[in-house]
Amino acid sequence: MAKIKVSTRINNENIDYLCEPNDTMLDVLRNQLNLTGSKESCGSGDCGSCSVILDGELICSCLMLAAEAEGSNIETIEGMSEGGKLHALQQKFLEKAALQCGICTPGFLMASKALLDHNPSPTETEVRYWLAGNLCRCTGYDKIVKAVLEVADEMKENA
Amino acid sequence: MSDTQYLAAKTIDEAVNAHEKANGTARFLAGGTDLLVQIKSGIRKPNLVIDIKKIVELNSINEISDGEFEIGASVSGANLNRNLKFAKLWPGVLEAFRLIGSEQIQGRASLGGNLCNGSPAGDSVPALIAAGCKAVIAGPKGRKDVPIENFHLGPGKTVLENGEMLVSLKFPKRVSNSADAYLRMTPRTEMDIAVVGCGVNISLENDICTNARVSLGAVAPTPLLIKEASDIMVGSKLDDDTLNRVSKMCMDACNPINDKRGTIDYRTKVAGVLFKRATKLATDRIGGNK
Repeated sequence: MAKIKVSTRINNENIDYLCEPNDTMLDVLRNQLNLTGSKESCGSGDCGSCSVILDGELICSCLMLAAEAEGSNIETIEGMSEGGKLHALQQKFLEKAALQCGICTPGFLMASKALLDHNPSPTETEVRYWLAGNLCRCTGYDKIVKAVLEVADEMKENA
Repeated sequence: MSDTQYLAAKTIDEAVNAHEKANGTARFLAGGTDLLVQIKSGIRKPNLVIDIKKIVELNSINEISDGEFEIGASVSGANLNRNLKFAKLWPGVLEAFRLIGSEQIQGRASLGGNLCNGSPAGDSVPALIAAGCKAVIAGPKGRKDVPIENFHLGPGKTVLENGEMLVSLKFPKRVSNSADAYLRMTPRTEMDIAVVGCGVNISLENDICTNARVSLGAVAPTPLLIKEASDIMVGSKLDDDTLNRVSKMCMDACNPINDKRGTIDYRTKVAGVLFKRATKLATDRIGGNK
């Protein structure tokens, strides 16, 4: 069967790829483009470890066909730091030890970034609800929530 | 999944023709949050997946006239949530839709998909029924409107025939002093499927109810419109006696499954309770309290 040619933009780079009709976006990110930061844990949209930002919306890349990406703009964890400098959220996750094994971390970071992109000063409740689609099985959520809130506070001070 | 083909339709005609030609082996793809899970798990094996998100009409929120909305079938929860006027006029529909899944799911999942998936427990459906919404369907024989309460035939079964596609959801023009509300019961507070859902939509004039629609989800093979509820509610002040009578009516209409998430008795009882609470919430909203 003929492969589908897709032209898209990933982390501010024009990227073309060929995919099978049944490849998910996550399959192509990980297996073709070597962007292995996005993880597959559940494969059914429950855990959020494959979270990416598609045209400004937070989504699970495991629930999107790679063919659907034609003409769209995708942000993955690999594009989060700029010129070797960690994003404020990445830096804060490190400082606060808001991670343990790290499998869920790229998803949490993308989800947190999407939250602050939409809502720069969320309440703790808003952070907790927003991150409800990201599961962590090691360290718990408290440090993660605190890290996001601190980054939001610092962004306000620096604004 | 290996034999599946993908088509990104650009027009409604293209999508409908491709679906008709596939003769029952095609599925429309909106957000994919149900369909891709079903394909991956082998529940569905379509030969053709027709992506409808690139069709402008299906991905648009239109205010046809002041207070009269038509929502494209593939509009996502995140997108609809940004429409402040819709949120003000139909808070119950929006809260029902927004209860579905995480923010990641909301980034893709659509009202149309929730409807077409055909689950008796789809959260947005009772709210759409209560709203008096109509499904606009395009097919080989042209377009037609179907009231949402007639859209489902059974679990996973809808009125859509081969070649027919849901285009949009048409809301009635909103009159003043109206509000809706949706409440559901789930074992967990988030990321769960309704054990019971109840949508209520009312209009008041000088504290007298002038319009009322009540709908229940997850308590029968299809979401239900409690038709007789409006006969009792309209003309009343929605006093305790009225609410108790309609609450009983809701319980009588229940024909739920019995499973680990909720027994028949429990689901039935909760349906009556949720009706009263949702009515209170909608009334408070008209008063500007919520």
